[in-house]
Amino acid sequence: MTWKGRSIVSILDFKRSELEELFREARIMEEQLSKGKVEKILSDRIVAMAFFEPSTRTRLSFETAAKRLGASVIGFTGEEAISVAKGENLADTIRMLSSYADLIVLRHRYEGAALYASKVSSVPVINGGDGRQHHPTQAMLDLYTVARELGRIDGLVYGVLGDLRYGRAAASFILGLTRFNPRKVYLISPPNLGLRREVRMIVEEQGLPVEEASLEEVVGELDVLYVTRVQKERFPDPEEYERVKGAYRITPSILEGAKESMIIMHPLPRVDEIDHRVDSTRHARYFKQAAYGIPVRMAILKLVLAG
Amino acid sequence: MDRGDNGLTVRKIRSGTVIDHIPAGRALKVLRILGVEPEQGYTIAVLMNVESRKIGRKDIVKISGLEPKVEDFHKISLVAPTATINIVRDYEVVRKEKVKPPEKVEGILKCINPTCITRQPREVATPTFRLVSRNPLVYQCIYCGSLLEEKEILEQLA
Repeated sequence: MTWKGRSIVSILDFKRSELEELFREARIMEEQLSKGKVEKILSDRIVAMAFFEPSTRTRLSFETAAKRLGASVIGFTGEEAISVAKGENLADTIRMLSSYADLIVLRHRYEGAALYASKVSSVPVINGGDGRQHHPTQAMLDLYTVARELGRIDGLVYGVLGDLRYGRAAASFILGLTRFNPRKVYLISPPNLGLRREVRMIVEEQGLPVEEASLEEVVGELDVLYVTRVQKERFPDPEEYERVKGAYRITPSILEGAKESMIIMHPLPRVDEIDHRVDSTRHARYFKQAAYGIPVRMAILKLVLAG
Repeated sequence: MDRGDNGLTVRKIRSGTVIDHIPAGRALKVLRILGVEPEQGYTIAVLMNVESRKIGRKDIVKISGLEPKVEDFHKISLVAPTATINIVRDYEVVRKEKVKPPEKVEGILKCINPTCITRQPREVATPTFRLVSRNPLVYQCIYCGSLLEEKEILEQLA
């Protein structure tokens, strides 16, 4: 399947070769950005941002990416979405937007919203996060970060720490790793926040070498430590949230046993799972990771809209 | 198959359907999912907990005057995955088929995840599931990924 005209719902819809094609494009975008000479290949295009849930990074990085390539951006976010919809259902909002814009980036609180929108839309829909389920473009930029910072994705030892149950970024990153050949993926989560059954099923089907562990046990083996926040807004029970928040926290002392080359990633925003003193260590890559969001999303927009 | 283990005999039907090899105890679920009721005028025979060489114990349902449609075959497979359906015309079995849980189920089942897009009353997303495993029977919601197991399927279709 080619990228052009395609909706992006789940990272699982992509083969390794397609992700590698994306990474090559992202590298070109990075070079153009660093030279300050970005080709405005989308100057006649309109990108719609339909953010039914609040978002800063995903929305702003898509918007920045679109504008860098010369596209115009329309859309709404968070509270505004409620007034835009005026009681209208998602399908009608998407039909309307697809008659205005050439592409829709959608964030929605319900799982499956992006797939549903892609079925009713006449233009490609990019999933900017649907409930606790998928966040494919985050996984794409996360994999790109690993490739850029460590030179490869295969053969490395990963630790994915945090809320693997409700966190869509962590789950999408793990699903993205099934397209490559990591040496090991350690799943490090508080009790009750392990991978959901359906994600575990795919991980097992794909033969990803996962193992549950505690950070203290495995920190010395890791090449990549991927940290996520506990998703307060997705907890059905606020008391359960209170019990697990702060169950883990990365501090300089925990990192003493880590490899020098180990990188720490985080999809951001962080709450208090990474101590601010970690920011100045050689391990911290989360701000660089966020910066890679621009060339990767530029590459996504280019491939989907222009091929 | 007309003879139950207690020697009870049920007459052959002239035309209609005999659903055999239903897992023991699920005959009434099969009738319910087909929406068949005696008030509609059908003559119905239900044999429950009959000995079976194939599946240990089984139920059998005979419905006089009814020929199931394709979607009925699918529905039956969800509550009785081992069932065999015999279509009878003039006392002869004209078609015999083992049910097969369909690869895709649209509209019959409901997603168990309350935050799935298909559960939102104002949206018109038809609940759609893909078959993940036949034995045990497991379906997956194509929208939110939630897994639906045999127990939950039976509860929904009861």
